[in-house]
Amino acid sequence: MTGYLIRRILYAIPILIGVNLLTFVLFFVVNTPDNMARMHLGMKRVNQEAIDKWKAEHGYNKPLLFNPAAEGAGKLTKTIFFEKSVRLFAFDFGQADDGREIGADIRQRMGPSLAIAVPALVIGLLINITASMLVAFFRATYIDFWGVLLAVAMMSISSLFYIIGGQFLFSKVLRLVPISGYAAGPTAVKFVILPVLIGLVAGIGSGLRWYRTIFLEEIGKEYVRTARAKGLSELRVLFRHVLRNALIPILTGVVVVIPLLFLGSLLTESFFGIPGLGSYTIDAINSQDFGIVRAMVFLGSVFYIIGLILTDLSYTLVDPRVRLS
Amino acid sequence: MPILPVVLWTDALIFLLLGAAVSLGVYAARREPLRASWRQISRRPVAMAAMVILLAYIGVGLIDSVHFKRRLPTTEPGQSAQYSPEVVSLLDVMADRLRKNVERTYSAPLATHAYAKETIEMPDGTQARLFPRLIYGGAHLSDPEKEWSRDLIFTSLVGGLLGLVAALVVNAHFLFLLSRRSHTGVEEVAQAVLRGKTDTAWRATLGAISLLVILAGVAFSLSLKYHLLGTDKVGQDVFYLSLKAIRTGLVIGTVTTLVMLPFAVLLGIAAGYFRGWVDDVIQYVYTTLSSVPGVLLIAAAVLILQVYMDQNADAFTSVTQRADVRLLFLCIILGVTGWIGLCRLLRGETLKLREMDYVQAATAIGVGNWRIITRHILPNVMHIVLISVVLDFSGLVLAEAVLSYVGVGVDPAMISWGNMINSARMEMAREPIVWWSLVAAFVFMFGLVLSANLFSDAVRDALDPRLRSR
Repeated sequence: MTGYLIRRILYAIPILIGVNLLTFVLFFVVNTPDNMARMHLGMKRVNQEAIDKWKAEHGYNKPLLFNPAAEGAGKLTKTIFFEKSVRLFAFDFGQADDGREIGADIRQRMGPSLAIAVPALVIGLLINITASMLVAFFRATYIDFWGVLLAVAMMSISSLFYIIGGQFLFSKVLRLVPISGYAAGPTAVKFVILPVLIGLVAGIGSGLRWYRTIFLEEIGKEYVRTARAKGLSELRVLFRHVLRNALIPILTGVVVVIPLLFLGSLLTESFFGIPGLGSYTIDAINSQDFGIVRAMVFLGSVFYIIGLILTDLSYTLVDPRVRLS
Repeated sequence: MPILPVVLWTDALIFLLLGAAVSLGVYAARREPLRASWRQISRRPVAMAAMVILLAYIGVGLIDSVHFKRRLPTTEPGQSAQYSPEVVSLLDVMADRLRKNVERTYSAPLATHAYAKETIEMPDGTQARLFPRLIYGGAHLSDPEKEWSRDLIFTSLVGGLLGLVAALVVNAHFLFLLSRRSHTGVEEVAQAVLRGKTDTAWRATLGAISLLVILAGVAFSLSLKYHLLGTDKVGQDVFYLSLKAIRTGLVIGTVTTLVMLPFAVLLGIAAGYFRGWVDDVIQYVYTTLSSVPGVLLIAAAVLILQVYMDQNADAFTSVTQRADVRLLFLCIILGVTGWIGLCRLLRGETLKLREMDYVQAATAIGVGNWRIITRHILPNVMHIVLISVVLDFSGLVLAEAVLSYVGVGVDPAMISWGNMINSARMEMAREPIVWWSLVAAFVFMFGLVLSANLFSDAVRDALDPRLRSR
């Protein structure tokens, strides 16, 4: 088990290097620092001096991969690749274009992101499992047919509609909660409740459909037939046998996304003015701050890989048949 | 020639895709297993109704994909032909009135007066603040307050009647064809269809067609005199914008798939078939790509494209072409992030297939790898490809709206539902609110995505052998 874990973590290293190289190529080779400077300074009538000054201010005035002017190891370390990309491995994200420390910003913004994402995930999971079990219990009846049709209709609505419509209804017409904003501490509840609610409604369509197929797959298995043959009631079969086995695929599907919760949701956060990592990313995209985007790409892939490793571990926890070797 | 055809990149890809779809249809019609799958789909009323709506969307999208430039009138004889720099599509020509009848600013659906009060000089020289009349919407009415509701009912009745007649003609035609094919009387066929007793779900199909035709009739006759869905900030007709956005949605949903399909199929099968280092490399590539959050990768790529386009602004001759290149690029980026799921599925399936007896036998008698892949593996994974193509479509259409909102979607000059929503979302804060462009974009998008989802469900059920055995 420990050996397996170590191997998995070692396997993550080449992937992270790959991600790092990919972002390096995207941000510095395809799109050179000169382009970046020109874009920030305005496209027209920019002289080379202004570009050089901007590059020096933001630390982009070094060669990409190899610095012949430096001495010794400096030939490799005093380059953009080392200073901007390799340092990501130490979670040293450097500074944003406005001079703020990206690392500190990220640590500070994780909290609000989690305040939205965690309740949405937990409550959503409960609702989706309950609803899909209900539909699975009434399978092949009109309840099932209309339930699935409703789920398909709900997942066909753009998530933007839920957000805009929800804000309009609850904040503008009914005036139950503030339209947007955030405050730390207990007052956060009134800011968090609407985004969470909207997240739940927007997710229930696809969730219901996905979990329903899992339940139906389990119901079709032999051990369920055996349980019924023993004379167990349908409810007992559903809760004691089907639910416990269906939890394996459900849990492992959920574990992957847990680390990604830190990144927050791009849409919800920017609509509701939550100062989380999602709105941080959107703002960075809009102001074309490549430093932040690069940091978020790297962080996102780290979280994804952690999620994959956790998934493997959770298999062994919920399913004793699985042995990692 | 009065026109000069212009083939945009996405036009070419759309027609390529259309050709591929038609040849797939012809191929499927000759194979009994595929025909059986099709028959299974055609028995489901919901799927057939969804298909009709989907085809209507595709029809509008195709009409909008025929682009050309109009010839400018020559001022003196013997002058060489000059073409207008503006690229228009067949849809633009058909909806010329909608395109050209631009009001000054917002107006509500079917309104005769503008949305906001303006200071107007009265005939007697005094000034008054009132709602000015629209230039085109309801311009034929002399006294809108009295005539408006009556004219509205009358116009929609005329349109509905027109649609009804067209629907009856189509239905009669269909019934006649059906009766010819089954060698029974038209009356019997009509009764069977009405009771829903036919093998193919004709009742739902014809019902959906009739409903669509009648709705189209009403919309057509109303939009001749009014702005059916109102106008937006710069006074453009929202109904026209919604129709134009169909093509953008379809391109995102289909061209993306076309772009990623070769990679996914080739790499997925290669990884599963050759195993060893090939498998390692391919797995490494897709794990790396999939570990980057999709939105961020798209954002990064689009930002970079923007820089490139700003620096090479001379390379694009018109706004339409520029927007088209960006659309194509967006499709490619979406494809790069989207091929991984299918590739993984195909790898798994190929791993299973290559251990099958018939593949082993083919290897034993010395059939080459390429031949085994094309003859034995590829046909047996085609259903997975088809299912995932259909399933991905609706997700991509929805993604366009979100990406355009984030600012990394299609070009701001391109008409799309995402851009409509994006520009309309600030209007919710107005009093009274401007709801029509938002609602129009959402409803049109909902229609496409819902019918695509319902149809893809049927396709999956029909093609997935695991489900069929149950």
